[in-house]
Amino acid sequence: MTNQKTVTAAKKQSSLEKLGGQRFIVLLVIIGLAIFFSVMSPNFRKYTTLVSILDYSYYIVLMSIGVTFPLITGGVDLSIGTGLICYSLVGGYLITFHNFPVWGGMLVTVLFGIAIGILNGTLVAIMEIPPFLVTLCTCMITRGLGSIIVGGFGITWPTGTQPGAWFRNIFKITVAPRKMLPIGIVWVLILVLIMSYVLKHTKIGRYTIAIGSNKEAARLSGVNVKAYHVTAYAISGLFAGLAAIAYSAVFSTVQPGTGAGFELEAIGGAIIGGVSASGGQGTVTGSLLGVFVICLLKTGLPFIGLQANWQQIITGLVLIGAVLIDVIKKRRGIE
Amino acid sequence: MGDVILTMKGIDKSFPGVHALDHVDLEVRRGEVHALMGENGAGKSTLMKVLTGIYTKDSGTITFEGKEVEFHNTREAQDAGIVIVHQELNMLGHLTVAQNIFIGREFKKGIGIDDRKMNEEAAKLFKRLNIDIDPTETMSNLTVGKQQMCEIAKAISHEAKVIVFDEPSAALTESEIEELFKIIRDLREQQLGIIYISHRMDEIKVITDRVTVMRDGTYVGTLITKDCTKNDIINMMVGRVIYEDPKTHSMVPKGAPVVLKVEKLNAGKMVQNVSFELHKGEILGFSGLMGAGRTETARAIFGADPKESGKIYVNGKEVVINTPEDAVKNGIGYLSEDRKRYGIVVQKSVAENTTMATLAKFVKGIFIDKKKEEKVAQDYVDSLATKTPGVDQLVVNLSGGNQQKVVIAKWLTRDCDILIFDEPTRGIDVGAKNEIYKLMNKLASEGKAIIMISSEMTEILRMSDRIIIMCEGKITGEIDIAEATQENIMNLATREIG
Repeated sequence: MTNQKTVTAAKKQSSLEKLGGQRFIVLLVIIGLAIFFSVMSPNFRKYTTLVSILDYSYYIVLMSIGVTFPLITGGVDLSIGTGLICYSLVGGYLITFHNFPVWGGMLVTVLFGIAIGILNGTLVAIMEIPPFLVTLCTCMITRGLGSIIVGGFGITWPTGTQPGAWFRNIFKITVAPRKMLPIGIVWVLILVLIMSYVLKHTKIGRYTIAIGSNKEAARLSGVNVKAYHVTAYAISGLFAGLAAIAYSAVFSTVQPGTGAGFELEAIGGAIIGGVSASGGQGTVTGSLLGVFVICLLKTGLPFIGLQANWQQIITGLVLIGAVLIDVIKKRRGIE
Repeated sequence: MGDVILTMKGIDKSFPGVHALDHVDLEVRRGEVHALMGENGAGKSTLMKVLTGIYTKDSGTITFEGKEVEFHNTREAQDAGIVIVHQELNMLGHLTVAQNIFIGREFKKGIGIDDRKMNEEAAKLFKRLNIDIDPTETMSNLTVGKQQMCEIAKAISHEAKVIVFDEPSAALTESEIEELFKIIRDLREQQLGIIYISHRMDEIKVITDRVTVMRDGTYVGTLITKDCTKNDIINMMVGRVIYEDPKTHSMVPKGAPVVLKVEKLNAGKMVQNVSFELHKGEILGFSGLMGAGRTETARAIFGADPKESGKIYVNGKEVVINTPEDAVKNGIGYLSEDRKRYGIVVQKSVAENTTMATLAKFVKGIFIDKKKEEKVAQDYVDSLATKTPGVDQLVVNLSGGNQQKVVIAKWLTRDCDILIFDEPTRGIDVGAKNEIYKLMNKLASEGKAIIMISSEMTEILRMSDRIIIMCEGKITGEIDIAEATQENIMNLATREIG
């Protein structure tokens, strides 16, 4: 009897796994939320709402893709939120005050992100300081550093008819008067596919999972664990840099001292999307879907009359639900 | 046997406070299975870690294929053709079997990894070894035995010339051991040098050509297996140490009261319907293979892991134990198999560790009564014969056996009458081991009831009054010491449950 039961349970699980497991559930949640908000609010159904949801999702999705890597190693990167603002301020500052071409500013933004990522990775992998502490410190450092470099003022990347304002078209182009096309989603999806491939089919991804699964075993198998551990954080920094560009393109002004809390949405999205909080497990597409749950809630809840504070409470509850699924799955797995 | 492929000469290695290897020699020939024997703590694993570059030696030479070599990490040793199948499994649970086998040297396809080719190669490897494992299966879904087979396949796939098997059979069933021996004989045919570490005397006689014996970190001698008897080897291993006499019958007085009764305990897959009784003054041995569910049972009783169902009676009264605190209140103490993780705080003194669980007894006002603490700690140091320069010595500086005594003292201060010893002598050297045995016998004769979980057959047979055998989370048998033999215990421990 018991044997039969376990066999059916295993079969059920495998058919769910084939559909992508948690990702499939999250997709259903997204569809459910979209339908719910559309029914509840006629304004939500508008095309402009879709465009604005996407606009405000890019930078979180990008951070989330990156932070998936440190999370899978069993670590975390808390520096991406304030880091994003810092990189964006520095890039924008060089463009506005030092006549950098916009592509030059973008390049600096991304390189700065990678540099902080490598710093995080070095402190975690080589100095062996817990990731939580390391990235908490770099979170504070980047927050202060951005303000100091730009002198405490807000920075506006080129806009309107200024030279270099073209970079905003990377994410949204005007095809007709009052008609915008959110093509940023195309780039984001391409990056998701690339990083998905990196995670599943390259050494970087394989060893990222190996570090989160059993670091010592990976080391004893001759894997250069330290180098790949640093790489995971460098990827997180790279994507924080890319997110900084997306943020600069979507928002008119970048304010120093902000950015704290962005990382929580990105990390929360990754965990909703199935990244295991204890490492070793996770997918980039899952993280993407998880972030969309958060973005939908963020944009949708005001439409049904619930304000920002509620949105945070509900996001927190959804996150607990996602982590519970992970924990319960593990416990079942053990039995 | 062919020519000499590997020579280790005068290998010396010290760790803080321990002279782990004292000028040890070892010689392995092509086409030879060479047993490396010795009690726990004799230095076998340390020697192998020196060989494979996990530790660096302090002095001595390693000559491999005629050239002197020194490996700085496992990778270098692997590349030269020396691989080790570890005692503790080194698997990556989240990756597939094939991904585990080829970790660190994946096949490339463009910028990516060629998983298909890895699966094919792994399948070929398994076919060659005659093992039935799906290369695409996730590692954590395999049984311990199958995982071990993957480790072996991984070692073999390295084009190895010398393979070290570090107690490979510890977790295997009889039929799996048969398979393993077949593989090892094939490898010997192919002129590989094989170092085989095991405690099982019968295996040594069956599979090995020569045997090198170590004791307390020193080289004792090398014999040709077929020319020596089991007793020759045992004498070399044990040397001057004379153990407590093995029990021939139970020392528990007739009609001793039941102090602990466990009824239909369930906690996950590893603890299914476990029921047993423990008497006053009894040492109850728990035997079984690795992963049989013995530690899990102990942890569930102790409240360290949640129970699904079952009743626990202490001195005839039903008690509720949901946390270790509940267990201690009811006089149950648990000495973990992993001392460093759960038993002691190594950076604290002997006195602080001794009183850690009973600090309330040593508080005067808002301060800790240091004098009283030290006096009590000193009393236990004396009565347990703990070797330490003083009670203010940091525990990290004590040897394994003496650390274990500090843990025992800690539980004795709590007046625990039921003590669960989980692998009490793991990682403890031979002499100290005997002292722990003496101590356990003394505690039992004073009326403490002891559950002893042990993976060492000799320890089970030497210490237990009664033996319970577990397999795959279930109790498969109970044997009085008078009727216990290695064979009937092994049979129950490997019994497949349909």
